[in-house]
Amino acid sequence: MTTNGIIQLLAFVLALVLVTKPLGIFLTRVFSNERNFLTPVVGPLERLIYRLCGVKPNAEMKWTTYSMAMLMFSVVGAIVLYGIMRLQDILPWNPQGLGAVAPDLSFNTAVSFVTNTNWQAYSGESTMSYFTQMAGLAFHNFVSAATGIAIAVAVTRGLVRSSAQTLGNFWVDLVRATLYVLLPISIVVGLIFVAGGMVQNLSPYVTAITLEGAKQIIPMGPVASQEVIKMLGTNGGGFFNANSAHPFENPAAWTSFIQVLLIFSIGSGLTYMFGRMAKDQRQGWAIWGAMMFLFLAGLVTCYMSEQSGNPILEKAGIERAATETQSGGNMEGKEVRFGITQSALFATVTTDASCGAVNGMHDSFTPIGGMVPLFNMMLGEVIFGGVGSGLYGMFVFVLISVFIAGLMVGRTPEYLGKKIESKEVKLAMLALLSLVFCMLGFTAWAVVRPDALKSLANTGPHGLTEILYAFTSATANNGSAFAGLSANTPFFNVTLGFAMLFGRFFVIVPMLAVAGSMAKKTAVPVSHGTFLTNTPLFGTLLVMVILIVGGLTFFPALSLGPILEHLLMQAGKLF
Amino acid sequence: MKTIITSLIMTVVLTVLLGIVYPLAMTAISQVVFPSQANGSLIERDGKVIGSSLIGQSFGSPTFFHGRPSAAGTGYDGMSSGGSNLGPTSKALMDRIAHDRDSLCKLYPELTPSVGAGGALPADMLTASASGLDPDISVANAMLQANVISRTTGLPIDSVRSLVQQHVKGRDLGFLGEPRVNVLELNLALLDRLKHP
Repeated sequence: MTTNGIIQLLAFVLALVLVTKPLGIFLTRVFSNERNFLTPVVGPLERLIYRLCGVKPNAEMKWTTYSMAMLMFSVVGAIVLYGIMRLQDILPWNPQGLGAVAPDLSFNTAVSFVTNTNWQAYSGESTMSYFTQMAGLAFHNFVSAATGIAIAVAVTRGLVRSSAQTLGNFWVDLVRATLYVLLPISIVVGLIFVAGGMVQNLSPYVTAITLEGAKQIIPMGPVASQEVIKMLGTNGGGFFNANSAHPFENPAAWTSFIQVLLIFSIGSGLTYMFGRMAKDQRQGWAIWGAMMFLFLAGLVTCYMSEQSGNPILEKAGIERAATETQSGGNMEGKEVRFGITQSALFATVTTDASCGAVNGMHDSFTPIGGMVPLFNMMLGEVIFGGVGSGLYGMFVFVLISVFIAGLMVGRTPEYLGKKIESKEVKLAMLALLSLVFCMLGFTAWAVVRPDALKSLANTGPHGLTEILYAFTSATANNGSAFAGLSANTPFFNVTLGFAMLFGRFFVIVPMLAVAGSMAKKTAVPVSHGTFLTNTPLFGTLLVMVILIVGGLTFFPALSLGPILEHLLMQAGKLF
Repeated sequence: MKTIITSLIMTVVLTVLLGIVYPLAMTAISQVVFPSQANGSLIERDGKVIGSSLIGQSFGSPTFFHGRPSAAGTGYDGMSSGGSNLGPTSKALMDRIAHDRDSLCKLYPELTPSVGAGGALPADMLTASASGLDPDISVANAMLQANVISRTTGLPIDSVRSLVQQHVKGRDLGFLGEPRVNVLELNLALLDRLKHP
C-alpha cells in the first residue's frame, strides 16, 4: 500500500458518504410523488408521456399487476432490441456500413441489455452501428436501470406499508426514475465527461497517418452520452471493446473517479431512501453500514494484491515496488493513467454493484485480486449493488438474517414490525438458490463440454476461473468478464443468455411477491423481545450471514480456481 | 392486452426521448461547447491528422520514445481495443515478456545493466495495457528511454531529460491516478527539438 493509494481510496469513501444523504432525500421525494426542484421542467413532459401511453398515474398496482407490467415491458424491449440489431444494416446512422448482427449474438445482447447485465460478447467498434448503440443499447441502459430502481422502490413500499394491497404504479416509477433521476444527472455529468476528452459525435471513423507513416483508424461515436448512463445505471456495456479502459471512454483518472462514484451513488442513496420511507433512518444506515464494511474488505484485499504484484513478473526483470516515478505492482492489463489504485477501486466497485464496466482487464489481475470481483458477484451484488437490484437483493439476505436471528432466540422473526413467515423465507431462499444454481450449474456443464473449453484463453486453474467468472457475471447481471474467454459462440451466447434471464427475474419476481405479502401485514409495535434491525449488531449479523452463505456455497469452486492459482503463482508455476 | 399496448407505446416514446433526442442533443451541445474533445482530441500536423492525444500509437524506430506493449490487433489497432487477457500464471505471458525484454536489451544495450540488477524495469514497460491504446508511459519508463534517445538522435542527455520533464503530467487534482508522460506528445516535441535545436 502506498500513502497516495490510501488517500485515493479514502477520498472515494468520503465522496460516497457526501452524496448519499442528498441523493437519498431527493429519491424519497421523487418516489413519494412530491414536488421537487425539477418538477417545473420535467412535470409537463412526464404528464405528456402518461397521456401518450394511456397511464393513469394515480392507479396503484398489486404485486401481480406490477410484475406483469415489468415483465411485459422487458419482453417488448428485448424483442425491439433484437429487431434493431438484426436490421441495423438497413437502419440509419451506420457510417461504417456494419452488417446485421448474428442471431445468437443478437439474442445474447438483447437479453443482456434488458436484464441490466450488459455482457459484451461483441466488440462495439466493429459490430454495432451508431443507431444500435443509441436507440438500442443506450435506451436500455436507461430503462433497465429505471426498472431496477422501480422494483427497489416497490419492494421498499411493500416492507414499510401496513395492511395495504398495492405497491405503487410500475409505469409511474419507471418514468419518474428516468426523467427525474437518470436523465438529468446524465446530461450534466455527460457534458463534464466530454470536457474531459470523451468523444461525442456521429462522424465516420478517422484515419490518421501516424508519425511513422502507418495508418491508424480512430473510432468515433456518441460515446459520452452513453458512457454516463452506463455507469449511473450500473449497466456497464462499453461503447468500445476495451470498455472504460479505452481512452475515449475514460480519458483520465478523474473521469474514472467520477465513473466509480456514479456506479455507487444511486445504490447508496436508495438505502437512505429506505430509511426515510421506513420512518427510521437507522434502518437504512444499518444496511448501508453492512454494505460499506463488505466493500472495504474487498477493496483492501484487491488493492493490496494488485499492488504487491506477481513474483513471476519480478523474476522476469519487472519492478514490483512502487516508486515516485512508476506504479509498481501488476500492470498487465492496466492503464498507466489509472495506476494500480484506480484500477483496483474500479474492479471492486463495478462488481459490488452490477455494473460490469472495467477500466482494467480482470483476466490479468493477480489470482486474489481477481477473486475479489468474482466473490463480490457471487454474493449477489448486494454491496450497494446495481441500481435497485442491490437494495432488493440485500433484502433477501435481510430476511434470511432475521429468520436466523429468530431461530436463535426462538421467536417468530419480524422485520419493520411485521412477522416474517414461512412463505417469505421460502421466496427469499428461492431467489438465493436460483442464483447459486445458475452460477455453479452452468459452470459445471460448460467444463465438461469440449467445445466450451476451446474458448479458453488460459489453462490451468485460471481456465476454470474464466468460465466460473462468465456464468457468475451473467447470473448476477454484472457483465464484466475474464475477457480472454471467447464467449461469442452459440453455446456461450445461449447459456449465458439464460443465466442472465434467470438471474434477473428469479430474484425480482420472488421479491415482489414478498413485498406484496409484507404490505398486507399489520405492523405490531416494538416490544421488549423484539430483535432490533436498526443496530450495529444487526448490521454485523447481516455481514456474517452474507459471508457464511457465500463462503459455504462458493468456497469449493474458488479453492479450485483463484486460490489454487495463487499458491501456484507463489511457487512460480506456469500453464 | 392493455399492458402489451402500454409497453409498446412506452418503448417507442422512451426510445425517441432517450435513444434519439438525448444523444443528439448531447452531440449538438458538445460540438458547440467542446468541439476539440468531442471530436477525439485529434492532433494535426501540416493540415493532416497524425493521431489523437488520447490514443497511443506504435513506435518502432529507435529515434522515438516507445509506448507500452499493445494487445490491440498487431499493436495500437484502433479497431480492436483490448488487453492481452493473459492470466498471472500464463506461460504465453511470460514468453512474451521474456521475448520483449531480450529484444529490448539487444536494441538498447543501455538497458541491460538495469535488467541485470534484478527487477528494475518500470512496471509498465513490458506489460500490455488494458485498452491496447494506452497513450502514456510512466516517468521512470520515459527517463530510461531518454538515454537511448540521446544516443540515437545525438541530442545531449540533459536536453532529452528536460524534454521528458516538461511533459510529465502529475496526478489529476494532485492525488488521483499516476504521474505519466504522453508518448505521442513527447515524440512531437522531440521532432520539434531536432528541427530547432
